[in-house]
Amino acid sequence: MSAGEESGIAGNGRGYLSERGWRSWAFTLDHKRIGAMYLWSTIVFFLLGGVFALLLRLELLSPQAKYFSNHAYNVFFTLHGAMMIFLFVIPAIPSGLGNFLIPLHLGAKDVAFPRLNLASYWIFAAGFLVIIGSLVAPMDTGWTFYTPYSAKTGAAVATLSLGVFLIGMSSILTGLNFIVTIHKLRAPGMTWHRLPLFIWSMYATSIIQVVATPVVGVTFLLLAAERLLGVGFFDPSKGGDPVLFQHFFWFYSHPVVYVMILPAMGIVSEVIPVFSRKPIFGYNAIAYSSLAIAFIGFLVWGHHMFTSGMSPLANTIFSFLTFFVAVPTAVKVFNWIATLYRGSITFESPMLYALTFIFLFIIGGLTGPFLGALATNVQLHDTYFVVAHFHYTMMGGTVMGFFAGLHYWFPKMTGRMLNEKVARVAWALVFLGFNLTFFTMFIAGTRGMPRRYAEYIPKFHTENVISTVGSAILALGILVMMWNFVQGLRKGAQAPSDPWRSLTLEWRAASPPETENFHEIPQVADWPYGYGTRKA
Amino acid sequence: MDNVLAFGAASAEAGRIDAVFLFITVIGGFFFLLTQGLLIYFAVRYRRRSPERDNETPGITGNHLLEFFWILIPTLVVVAIFYYGWRVYDDLREPRPGATEVYVTGRQWMWEVKYPDGRTALNEIRVPQGKPVKFILTATDVIHGFYLPDFRVKMDAIPGRLTSLWVQPDRTGEYTIYCTVYCGDGHSNMNARLIVMPPEQYVAWAAGKEERGEGEEQLSLHERGERIVGRTGCLNCHAVSGKEKIGPNFHGVYGSTVPLSDGTSVKADEEYLRESIVDPGAKVVKGYPNVMPTYKTTLKPDEVQAVIEFLKKPD
Repeated sequence: MSAGEESGIAGNGRGYLSERGWRSWAFTLDHKRIGAMYLWSTIVFFLLGGVFALLLRLELLSPQAKYFSNHAYNVFFTLHGAMMIFLFVIPAIPSGLGNFLIPLHLGAKDVAFPRLNLASYWIFAAGFLVIIGSLVAPMDTGWTFYTPYSAKTGAAVATLSLGVFLIGMSSILTGLNFIVTIHKLRAPGMTWHRLPLFIWSMYATSIIQVVATPVVGVTFLLLAAERLLGVGFFDPSKGGDPVLFQHFFWFYSHPVVYVMILPAMGIVSEVIPVFSRKPIFGYNAIAYSSLAIAFIGFLVWGHHMFTSGMSPLANTIFSFLTFFVAVPTAVKVFNWIATLYRGSITFESPMLYALTFIFLFIIGGLTGPFLGALATNVQLHDTYFVVAHFHYTMMGGTVMGFFAGLHYWFPKMTGRMLNEKVARVAWALVFLGFNLTFFTMFIAGTRGMPRRYAEYIPKFHTENVISTVGSAILALGILVMMWNFVQGLRKGAQAPSDPWRSLTLEWRAASPPETENFHEIPQVADWPYGYGTRKA
Repeated sequence: MDNVLAFGAASAEAGRIDAVFLFITVIGGFFFLLTQGLLIYFAVRYRRRSPERDNETPGITGNHLLEFFWILIPTLVVVAIFYYGWRVYDDLREPRPGATEVYVTGRQWMWEVKYPDGRTALNEIRVPQGKPVKFILTATDVIHGFYLPDFRVKMDAIPGRLTSLWVQPDRTGEYTIYCTVYCGDGHSNMNARLIVMPPEQYVAWAAGKEERGEGEEQLSLHERGERIVGRTGCLNCHAVSGKEKIGPNFHGVYGSTVPLSDGTSVKADEEYLRESIVDPGAKVVKGYPNVMPTYKTTLKPDEVQAVIEFLKKPD
């Protein structure tokens, strides 16, 4: 409750951004600048991945191949998936917003290991350069790299694997850095139960990154050895097993969907109370459910493989465990909705995106049990139903949470305000376009349309046309949003230090914050959600 | 249960899977209305009306009883969904006794079919109506997925392993089989047909009285070739004209000079076409992958002749 007053210095438009020149960025040890570099990089790949998505949608306007060859289509969906997953959704919130916010939230001057942090960024940059390099023989395996196809195709699989390996290494180092920072650099009085919920979600995320990412690193090394040295780990003619790759891959890639969603849940947990003027409902439940999701998330990878010939017993166990991810997830949704109860709610753009997150994530969540239940999974696996479910959770969830965060912290990061009217127009287009694009995929999938099809039989034509129209509206919305960001950066109104009247510590720093964040390390006496004034 | 989904179930087992789908839809629908309803109701009802209200919100931080129930109830609900999904899956795991067996091998980009009596086919499986039939799956190159949406089942076909699934078709007719595990350029064209025949017709067909390609001998060579091309999967990879698929287009190939991958070229006469059908790797057209399987055992010599006649005037 002590953080509400105007204690920060009103932003003078410079702060940590005052130094200029490329060296001031390339060699910076400032977590805010490193976070900004991650944000720029990941947003570029988000837009690039989006262009590939639009090309896919364009091709699917007609059942027969019309604009591109099947091979080109396959390359597009592989690049769309690989870029969106490895270069945008995984790093954007943790490495981008996380880097910027964790020290500010904790009342610290920087992360625990600033040099390691800079190294993480440059390893990440090396990773994306290698991935761009792999475009000389573009990948056509899908972002899942399934063997034996990935061991046989002529594309630059080993190169792309190396790129992902580097990205993974950067991810591990960042996770380690954050764990140590959260343990060691909390301001005086910042006990674990006074941590902002964004920090709790980043803590759970970092644990997953440190524990799971090495597995995918090793998996890609094995795949590279398979291709370059002809070792037969996954080749049945040499005594290997192609399904083993799927186990390795999903042992990482399932937990990593929680790396993608948990930080967005953290953002929503910050935004909802601020714009409801009410304390978050059930702080402990939200904090510990993040850890529960992280833990259970490690035990359910087999649900991607119910039709891969695993034993029925293994299928049964994986299906059973899978359902328990639903419980902590549902708890969070109930808590957010309960926070709205009897609030005084305003609908600025961060709140619009946070509410959109909840709305879309509920749909994504409720379509999960269709895929977790064995009988229906066997029907729906590898159809557009999965594509729809995935995009409702990852784009409807994570990306909407990311947008909420960008709009919420834009004043803090840049010292400037966004144009709210333009932001709302963008939001309306994104909301409409998203649902048109992806809800129709549930219908196509239920009717049996398999995924990763460059051509399809005409009975799925209507769904695909609606979906493509939706994707154009969605793209327009995102363009408007990006234009708004650029305009805001160039000539947005000067931001006060706490435009949303929030209580977390970052709003006590100037907008944008000074390099040292705080003039003196803040003293923390209360949790950051003391919005309600009357006792219940 | 037929019209629960947008397309009818083709077996009793598919109906049972649809029932699970419906069960989850009803539960999900309830929670959808509950959560979205409250979300929208609260957002509208408790919108800010005056700045003073900001200071009048109650300091509610939780409610242990409420939280206990909203942990307990979802737990019970998901366990129920798990149980029902598992129960139906487990019941349908083993085929009913007396199932006919069909071996199906996936390869880029076709389905090879072997019946126990030695007959073979490509991209077409014939089974009797009302009898259980078990498909024993494998693959030669990469993983493929064998998906029968009308029967709500799929199973991966994996190199070096045998997997299986079964159906018991209720109705005669033709059903599409899709490949669902991404397998390369021809993935979306790797379809096959499941033809469910009336039992007596199936028996006659199986006894060889109705040869595969029934009555085709009476047709002109060109018409016969057209039918063979249609039923043996040629068109999965070769377009007649227009945009190319995996292999070269048929239009205009006969009589043309074809550049080969070894740098030489060859005139596409009858002998070249014959060789390309029975030994496709011998002279591969420049710029195309060497992926076509041999049709040596699939097509009889007179069928090859019919195909060649068709290729002379494919459109």
